[in-house]
Amino acid sequence: MNAFRAVYWKEVRENLRDRRTLVNALITGPLLGPVLFIMLMNVMVNRELARADQPIRVPVIGAELAPNFVNALKAAGIDANPGINDPERAVHDMRADVVIRIDPDYVKAWNKGQSVQVEVIYDSSRRDANTTVARVRSVVESFARREGAMRLIARGLSPSTAWPVNVADRDQATSQSRSALMFSFLPYFFVLTVFMGGMYLAIDLTAGERERQSLEPLFVNPVARWKILAGKLAAICTFSVISLLLSVAAFSTAPWFIPTEKLGIVLDLGFRFGAQVVLLMLPLIVLLAALQSFVSALAKSYREAQTYLSILMIIPILPSALLSVIPVKPEPWMYSVPLLGQNLGIVQLLRGDGITGQELGLCLAGGFAAAAVAVWATAVLYRSERLAISA
Amino acid sequence: MIEVKDLHKSFGDVKAVDGVSFTARDGEITGLLGPNGAGKTTTLRMLYTLMKPDAGQVLVDGIDPMQDPVAVRRQLGVLPDARGLYKRLTASENITYFGRLQGMTDAAIRVRREALIDALEMRDIATRRTEGFSQGQRVKTAIARALVHDPRNVLLDEPTNGLDVMATRAMRRFMHQLKAEGRCVLFSSHIMQEVAALCDRIVVIAHGTVVADDTPAALLEKTGQASLEDAFVKIIGTDEGLAA
Repeated sequence: MNAFRAVYWKEVRENLRDRRTLVNALITGPLLGPVLFIMLMNVMVNRELARADQPIRVPVIGAELAPNFVNALKAAGIDANPGINDPERAVHDMRADVVIRIDPDYVKAWNKGQSVQVEVIYDSSRRDANTTVARVRSVVESFARREGAMRLIARGLSPSTAWPVNVADRDQATSQSRSALMFSFLPYFFVLTVFMGGMYLAIDLTAGERERQSLEPLFVNPVARWKILAGKLAAICTFSVISLLLSVAAFSTAPWFIPTEKLGIVLDLGFRFGAQVVLLMLPLIVLLAALQSFVSALAKSYREAQTYLSILMIIPILPSALLSVIPVKPEPWMYSVPLLGQNLGIVQLLRGDGITGQELGLCLAGGFAAAAVAVWATAVLYRSERLAISA
Repeated sequence: MIEVKDLHKSFGDVKAVDGVSFTARDGEITGLLGPNGAGKTTTLRMLYTLMKPDAGQVLVDGIDPMQDPVAVRRQLGVLPDARGLYKRLTASENITYFGRLQGMTDAAIRVRREALIDALEMRDIATRRTEGFSQGQRVKTAIARALVHDPRNVLLDEPTNGLDVMATRAMRRFMHQLKAEGRCVLFSSHIMQEVAALCDRIVVIAHGTVVADDTPAALLEKTGQASLEDAFVKIIGTDEGLAA
């Protein structure tokens, strides 16, 4: 049996016997993401749907002055609650999402045909109240529009005189691209899965082996160190690939658990999507395995390696975070940047746009080039005299 | 056969090995005797190619590790200072792994492994995972895996360190057996009695240099002492006097 296969099989077999590595690679890593995702989406969707469909109750100050207005609210599913004192405080203290205050001069002004003021008191920084606020606002505005039109007609004028310009919305978002907006953090989950799947192995095979003082006897064997490293990297990659496959499979069941049809979105996470994601992620698997081994080789102990790697884990978040703060139009060069390329590619797949051969090529070429550099750097580190000396 | 010619190695300002030369012959047990920190482990590490000497030359069966480190490692069976075993593998699996790394066939590994398990009297622990092994059981496993490829030259770094009396005696028997098989056995120790009981030749190292290299009898004669322990103290003491 050649040295590469000997190292590979020994590492795989040894780590299959380690509960912590197994739990991380086969359960926590691949399943945490999908489960969290499905739960969060369900909570979010149900809350939004509840607000959109169900009648809501809003405190209206001065409701008795404007029965016509209150009726219009009621017709739109907004019931007027008795008014409250100090509405600003109530909104600030989250006792009310939104409060309507009708001007005391409402009756007088209305009868004269003048414009009257209806205050909508809310806090735009409270995101959970935004749907309610938007709903109240649109009801108030459409009431105003309708009444205005009635007044014009009563004076023998066409309502269009008051609105020379009409906005007609032509939203080009497809139901699939809308869903991509909601799931833009999915690429990060995949990267994290690969990271977690290989992490404990990478620590164990380098820092762990050094700490347990088995690296020195290992290096005494008549095998070039790069061959030992290659076997170890292959074992790490195997575990992270299995993690990724499990994760992709788990995500593909997500549409069954999320009421996508109620949201008017399409979520296609099927076989084609999964296969393309795995292809896109291949260079990252090698890159992360090498980076993790490199960092672990610098550490003196298992714990130290663990600390370094949890810092390293932040790096894959950067492209996702950056893209969500600064939305950029993808330029071709971006595909060749590892992590960023994968991020763009997976979001594109989610949007249902597909990915072109050129983009895929750039993604793989850039990723594998970076992986080659990382593997080379780790191999150089492996050659050093210090690496084997444990104590 | 292992030949060492004027080896030097420093770590920063510390000269760990400062001109060590000796020869360890086939069919003999050569003891590397010296106090802690004398440079024994560093010398051995250069022999088994883990470290590169700053100057000097090593020849193992005529091969220079600077030219072909992999070939040298194939000629050597090494019990390093670090005895780490794979604790999630059984003793047998630990031995088999090293046999594979030596490029042996599975059939050859099996024959050799079983022979070593018997020779080291470790049949009872062979199929147990090494986690929780006693010091003696760990050393036995480490030696078995180091010798699985039937090397001509055997390097043992403090092989009886941490062993109880029974295990130490078993280890000595085993080393005599290696000698009887015609191998070149080189081991380091800081324990006089052990060296006296085992060695055909003693190389005394202190402060990174060889201060004596002879048979036990010749050492006694030269120093005029009755016991090897006194001879050892005298040799080291003289050296310290010279250095100061």
